[in-house]
Amino acid sequence: MNREPVLQVKGLRKSYKNTVAVDDVSFEVQPNEIVGLLGPNGAGKTTIISMILSVLKPTAGTIQIGGKDIFKNREEALSQANFAAVYAQLPGNLTVAQNLYAFGLIYGVENLKQHIDKLIEEFNLERFRDIKCGTLSSGEQTRAALAKAMVNSPRLLLLDEPTASLDPSTAQIIRHKMKEYARNGKGGVLWTSHNMHEVAEVCDRILFLSHGKILLEGNPKTMPQEYGKKDLEELFITVAREPLSLDA
Amino acid sequence: MNLKRVYAIFVRQFYLIRDNPTRIFQMLIWGTVDIILWGFTSQYLTTIAGPGPNFALVFLGAVLVWDFMSRTMQGITTSFLEDSWSRNFLNLFASPLSISEYLGGLVLISISKSVIGFAILLLVAGAIFGFSILAYGFSVLSFLFILFLSGIALGMLGVSMMFRFGPIAEWFIWPLPALISPFVGVLYPLSTLPGWMQSVGKILPPSYVFDGLRSIVAGGEFQATSFAMGVGLAIFYIIIAYIVFVMAYRRAVRTGIIVRYSAESLS
Repeated sequence: MNREPVLQVKGLRKSYKNTVAVDDVSFEVQPNEIVGLLGPNGAGKTTIISMILSVLKPTAGTIQIGGKDIFKNREEALSQANFAAVYAQLPGNLTVAQNLYAFGLIYGVENLKQHIDKLIEEFNLERFRDIKCGTLSSGEQTRAALAKAMVNSPRLLLLDEPTASLDPSTAQIIRHKMKEYARNGKGGVLWTSHNMHEVAEVCDRILFLSHGKILLEGNPKTMPQEYGKKDLEELFITVAREPLSLDA
Repeated sequence: MNLKRVYAIFVRQFYLIRDNPTRIFQMLIWGTVDIILWGFTSQYLTTIAGPGPNFALVFLGAVLVWDFMSRTMQGITTSFLEDSWSRNFLNLFASPLSISEYLGGLVLISISKSVIGFAILLLVAGAIFGFSILAYGFSVLSFLFILFLSGIALGMLGVSMMFRFGPIAEWFIWPLPALISPFVGVLYPLSTLPGWMQSVGKILPPSYVFDGLRSIVAGGEFQATSFAMGVGLAIFYIIIAYIVFVMAYRRAVRTGIIVRYSAESLS
């Protein structure tokens, strides 16, 4: 079985004039692994995800998806990835099925129509199949965006706050699906969230970002104790407010 | 170039047009208004001028083929705007889709929209004013080819401006055909214009089309040199527009514009 990392980020840096948004970030996501990317607002999470998706050029560093450099072999690299983000819903002027069909073509999915039927069933979207995405509730739109993120069964799945607009019950179902996907398939997941209970539940490993740098890395279940904190939320607050206190 | 991805861009736009009558209405309404306006103007001029020039061929025909060029350009820009309005750029450009495939899809939908729209307008002009485009002879197809290429170039240039300056640039795109129309002599020969305007007109491919059409109406021959000049210039502008679009895209990737495209201005 191929154990090559699904995502390999080395020395990633992004600066704008006098501001450094991401500073020398390196990490990997292995197959079957869910890695949490955590940090306060403005820490650089979305900047890192944008660079991985090739919509933002790094100032320095390299990114490989499934062993392919995203800027040298963009097409091959991005064919193996997909994403869902709260700020990138599916176009509201097409139906769920039409959107999945168009994106399925873009990602070169075989047996597309059967695959769309399966995704619609899997994400409980049967009732909304022929409904325009713009008329769906935010939770339904998120499920449609997640279905699009799975359209090519990606080796690397990027999820930027995927459950932010879902009710607790649906959020739990989605978490379960994503865990199942990572465990049973050959893909890995990079997951950002501000819900620390969620992170503790789904992630195998977490990276704490502060001011564009990875400050801490480890197992979300054991890290709070290692740093003398009650839980992940308390550790997060410390990273956000007093990152220097963790150096000692 | 992956043709499935080109088709994906086409099919998305096809669904949008098919499922919403306002988009079909928009494709036809302005051209129809122009036909009615210039059709009756031509009829009136024929009445007061008596036997002589065929004003329908001079004005109505010219307006029709000019509309074809505007429609080709808008086929590209409105499709791009649909992606802008629905904030779809991140979904598209974070996928394996390449720039040439995206533009290829926009050109494909533009061909379909402009050809269907033009055919319907010809039927309307024929039904109301008895106008036939073939009165120019089959060489009119060559001229339409130049206008088609010009529309593609202008459309690509328009979407490059939007990529560079953000959604606010939409207001510069709509009047682009109107801005160049005085220079290309849609309704009058270039010689009517002052020297500097003639110089501008000579580097714009549609000038050779309207010059050629007027020559045919006046009983002249199809001018192969003019045609070659028009095609050459149009291809040159397509290459320039493609380069400008690629530069605007690269800048967008460098600055992160694609992620925050909904901002009104991106300067």
